Amino acid sequence: MNAALTCKGIAVDFDGFKAVDGVDLELNRGEVHFLIGPNGAGKTTLVDAITGLAKYTGSVVKDGEELRGRKVHHIARRGIGRTFQTAAVFENLTVAQNLDIAAGAGRSPWTLLRRRRHLPPHVVETMERIGLADRAETPAGVLAHGQKQWLEIGMLLVGDADVLLLDEPIAGMGHDERETTGRLLHDIAEGRAVAVVEHDMDFMRAFASRVTVLHAGTVLASGSVDDVSNDPRVQEVYLGTAKEAADAASA
Amino acid sequence: MSPAPAARLPGQERPPMPRTFFSTRAGTWTGFAAAAVVLFGLAPLLLTGFRLGLLAQFLCYAIVAVGIGLAWGRGGMLTLGQGVFFGMGAYLMAMHLKMADAEFRNGPGAVPDFMELAGIRELPAYWAPFASPAFTIAMILVLPTAFAILLGLAVFKRRVKGAYFAILSQALAGAFAILLIGQQSLGGFNGLSRFRYFFGFTLADPVNQQMLYFIAAGVLLAVVAIALQLRRSRYGELLVAVRDAEERVRFLGYDAANVKVVAYAVAALFASVAGAVFVPIVGIISPASIGIVPSIMFILGVAIGGRASLVGPVVGALAVAWAQTALSEQFPSAWTYAQGLLFIAVIALLPGGIASVAGVAKRFQTKRTTVEAAA
Repeated sequence: MNAALTCKGIAVDFDGFKAVDGVDLELNRGEVHFLIGPNGAGKTTLVDAITGLAKYTGSVVKDGEELRGRKVHHIARRGIGRTFQTAAVFENLTVAQNLDIAAGAGRSPWTLLRRRRHLPPHVVETMERIGLADRAETPAGVLAHGQKQWLEIGMLLVGDADVLLLDEPIAGMGHDERETTGRLLHDIAEGRAVAVVEHDMDFMRAFASRVTVLHAGTVLASGSVDDVSNDPRVQEVYLGTAKEAADAASA
Repeated sequence: MSPAPAARLPGQERPPMPRTFFSTRAGTWTGFAAAAVVLFGLAPLLLTGFRLGLLAQFLCYAIVAVGIGLAWGRGGMLTLGQGVFFGMGAYLMAMHLKMADAEFRNGPGAVPDFMELAGIRELPAYWAPFASPAFTIAMILVLPTAFAILLGLAVFKRRVKGAYFAILSQALAGAFAILLIGQQSLGGFNGLSRFRYFFGFTLADPVNQQMLYFIAAGVLLAVVAIALQLRRSRYGELLVAVRDAEERVRFLGYDAANVKVVAYAVAALFASVAGAVFVPIVGIISPASIGIVPSIMFILGVAIGGRASLVGPVVGALAVAWAQTALSEQFPSAWTYAQGLLFIAVIALLPGGIASVAGVAKRFQTKRTTVEAAA
């Protein structure tokens, strides 16, 4: 099996409200796995649980190791990286510094206390890959929105994450940037498991290897794009919300 | 509808990473050499013994300020209680000086004079080891740093930050001062004073007073050099990252609390050393000079000078201490108000402090020229 991450029976309880209620999820290397669902379906909460931000019951296993109850930075060290809905880069640091920090978890105190003479080769390589090689010395705060998202993905790559959980990576991007990002996702999925939380259906149809639909904290359907699109329950959830939205708009 | 994105991002036309002369290796050495010429050459030449003593005292404040600049300016920890660490270093040094005096007068194991006056006949057990200069210096370096590490771990692992951390550190300074007032074996409210010898040298001798000034100046330069290395190292970049987005750093696999603890402990060490140098220069240490008000004075200088810059805290601390002395000589009651106004003015108009004046002026100028060009 090439499952990089196995989640079983994950449930997150916010003072009695079950934001996630018994979700099974398997992320495979080489796949771009989309997590979709209406607002409040529990997609981001699921990512929060896996990365140690939200308390949960159930189990998350990576490479035979149970990760529940571990601290955020321990889980990150095990190769699970995530991005956030709003790009969270270090705005006052340059692109190169951002990537160098992301590459540096586990550096010895001696290395840390010295000045950086050269960028590690894989940092330079990643900078090329995310299209920011000519912006190395630019403060991340002045990058375009899409470039910040790419920088975030790059930060996960140099940190040697092999499970990437991306929360709405194309939010606010133009058409060309979406295309580029979609190709980038497939490019990096080689040898890694990539999970993408997304609202955009067109983007999902174009780039998903596998789709899991969440609704009210549970898995509604899971499978290929076609399987999921043809599932009557999925259609109901989406048409239902679409109908409600239309009603709300006309009201 | 949102307008076309990314047409003109703010600041995009700014050149990347301003590299000034002083960020180069030659520039660094030039800067240190210039500072050394001023501190070791010009100041002793131009100032009277009394003024030089005052400057030595101000340099001690500047040493504290460098540490605050690191913890607050780079690490985002508003340390309102540096008086605690300053006081630790000062009292530890003062204990040694009192022991040395007593030993000189009445032989080994003698009780310091203020204890005799308070009716304490027996030397308290914890005083005895401070007869040793080596032990005292070791304690000055180790005790406050260890305390800062323990406190930092307790606080930062629980993710106490921002205003909560500031209040906590300030309360600590208040509590520490009150604790000392109650300790008769540490001089109580009056503190420790009337020191005669400093490691065998007579403190009344002007030559030795000048030597103390040189020690303060040397320590300041060393502390600035350490801060510079920390800022330019990878650790320095990491510290800024933690300041700006602590959660994000955690998701990259770092224990952000440890990163903060290091800066906090270094700041504590600097403050402690400053306190230890302060005592023989000023000749007295009492709870009044380490409590909440002095702790805020430390912060004030750093804020005015520019907390995120290297030299800003030094300049700010010297400027505030000098202004306090100069103004309070003439208008004793007005200084407090001036101090408050100054603080408000800096926070409101110049959040980057004096150090950012050049940058602000330049931006103002470019804005004007672009407006004029457009007109």
